[in-house]
Amino acid sequence: MASTLAPPPAADATDPPNRSVLEARARREIRLFPTPSYWVGAAVLLALYLVLPLVLSDLWANVLVLAGITAIGGLGLNLLTGYAGQASLGTAAFVGIGAFTASYLGRATDVNNGLGQPFVVYLIAAILVGAAVGFLVGLPALRLRGSYLVIVTLGFLFVTTYVLTQWKTVSNGNLGAPMPVGVQIGSIDFTSFDVFGMRDTPLGRNQGLFYLVWIFVAITALLVKNIVRSRPGRALQAVRDRDVAAEIVGVSLFRYKVGAFVVSSAIGAMAGVFYGLYIQYLTPNQQSIGLTLSVQFLAVIIVGGIGTVYGTVVGAVIIGGLPTIINEFSNHIPYLTASTVSAFQGIVFALLLVVTLLLEPWGFAGAVRRFKTRKLRRTMVPGSAGSTGATTG
Amino acid sequence: MVLAGVGVVLLAILVFLAFDGPQKFFTLFAAGIALGAVYALVCLGFVVIYRATGIVNFAQVGMVVFGAFVTYNAVYTWGWNFWLSMLFSAAVLAVIGIGFERFALRRMTGKPIFSIILLTIGLYLLLQSLIGAIWTNAKDTIPNPWIGKTVSLGSVNILQVDVVTMVLGAAVLASFFALFRYTKVGLGMRATAIDQEAALAQGISVPGIVALSWAIAGAVAVIAGTMLGSGATPKVGLGLGISAVALQALPAMVIGGLDSPIGAVIGGLVIGVAYEMAVGYQTQYIPSLGTSGFADVLPYLLMVLVLLIRPSGLFGTRDVQRV
Repeated sequence: MASTLAPPPAADATDPPNRSVLEARARREIRLFPTPSYWVGAAVLLALYLVLPLVLSDLWANVLVLAGITAIGGLGLNLLTGYAGQASLGTAAFVGIGAFTASYLGRATDVNNGLGQPFVVYLIAAILVGAAVGFLVGLPALRLRGSYLVIVTLGFLFVTTYVLTQWKTVSNGNLGAPMPVGVQIGSIDFTSFDVFGMRDTPLGRNQGLFYLVWIFVAITALLVKNIVRSRPGRALQAVRDRDVAAEIVGVSLFRYKVGAFVVSSAIGAMAGVFYGLYIQYLTPNQQSIGLTLSVQFLAVIIVGGIGTVYGTVVGAVIIGGLPTIINEFSNHIPYLTASTVSAFQGIVFALLLVVTLLLEPWGFAGAVRRFKTRKLRRTMVPGSAGSTGATTG
Repeated sequence: MVLAGVGVVLLAILVFLAFDGPQKFFTLFAAGIALGAVYALVCLGFVVIYRATGIVNFAQVGMVVFGAFVTYNAVYTWGWNFWLSMLFSAAVLAVIGIGFERFALRRMTGKPIFSIILLTIGLYLLLQSLIGAIWTNAKDTIPNPWIGKTVSLGSVNILQVDVVTMVLGAAVLASFFALFRYTKVGLGMRATAIDQEAALAQGISVPGIVALSWAIAGAVAVIAGTMLGSGATPKVGLGLGISAVALQALPAMVIGGLDSPIGAVIGGLVIGVAYEMAVGYQTQYIPSLGTSGFADVLPYLLMVLVLLIRPSGLFGTRDVQRV
């Protein structure tokens, strides 16, 4: 660090302008679109959003729908784990809760005693139920930390699958229950999407779900980004980094720890609604909503970059797309037979998680940050290279 | 006080059940102790790693399943003697454990606990997926001398494989405690758990102790996995069901206290007996809890109960918060 060796600058004249520069930069740091290139990026994403379903095959539209759902759940988990520092293995439980709330409220009245409510109703209901259960789970989190919290949330996951299995009105027991068939908002039917009658034949279910899911990815991302770049976000990070110290400077642990659980669980339940719509039929057991699914959400935020919003979405596309990519190219991978494909998918997934944690703990976002810093350093005068790189977080 | 009250209530329930139908009760109780021995072994693996490194090692669950399959491979595919196979498997898993520590966990020193736990979960999933890739057509049990045989004590029938599990578990746990209590290495393990730097300063090889802890964890995982794979209670057989059983050792560990070996044994036995009692009596006495599955969540409910009363478990070191 060359800058620390330099004599301290004179305090009188240089101080005010320096401060204003600092303030201006801090304000720019937390802006939603700090530089014009972000506007370009947003425009490109919007164009992709509009065009992709029109050109994608059923298979890949399906993959991107799953990636979007994973992104929503991952964003909620990142708020809880990445920003508030509360490690949880319970995400799959909230996915299950959201999915079965949607199923019970949304499936037709002649299918397993459903209530036949429209999409908007069961989506909002699932979010509310998720938030309420999240509140209950958040309470013990006030007293538990680290390893204990991980084990207790795992226990919560097992208890949830048990309760769902036993609650036959909602879940139809071990057999599982079908999800709502139609997905309509007003007059728009997302299962055969055809806005303004522009196409000869309406789009397929997967493509329609793509439009629906990714708009919610955008909403969730905006929500999470706005939380973390404002006062509550700074409070959450203070809780994560040193909760006792945070409490001493006036951050209410109750409010932020429990609050993080509530918001994260509500988002998880929302992801659950879409997950249900995606797989259409859900059984409440450990195979479909268990530890593996929870770990998948954790892998999303690790691979994408813990504590970043765009990284989560990137991680979700990687984790959500990986099994299908392996499946599609399994013919070209030697020694891989039809019976070992799923084992191979598991191995690749586990290795991706392990290798990321070992080599790039901040995931994709960390790699990008390092790349940017290196480029910045190269363009700068050697003397002041060390001092600037680390400031952008 | 509250804890004593809960203990008395639980004991009273056991006594009531024992008088209600002694034969059924003692059959279940014996099975529960055998299951408890398995839990205690898995738990001990969790605890030695926790003491050495301060993390809950989910890879232990993977090592239990993987160990069962390595034993199976030696017994069934290579036709080895059962005990020799188990020893071989223990050696393999000890090496895998040391490898995990050397090439993965050691690099994570100083990282957030959450990341380290997630790494161990990754290793667990890796081992579990490898099983699916290596043993595609495994049989549903490890061939062993005790299949289908029972021992009768009066009117109480106990599976022979459960008896072996109990004896083996007791022998292994006793030798661990002897090592832990009376040898220099054991002293080193205790010192390392208290303060790594101070232990280093006293000339104890902390990396050696950590490696030994992983080797012990691997070896006890193999014994637990092999007995489960040989059809011991709860009769999951050879398959991924073993990992579900091993995961239930986590609440046992929390009940005993994360860093207490004796807590691991007691927590394991409590959970084992409670599990079997739930399997045997829940549908009869509390039918409203459903026809199945309650026994699987009971360990977690007991864990929450204990945590509410004693946040650091029955025998764990109390956690002090520092700013």
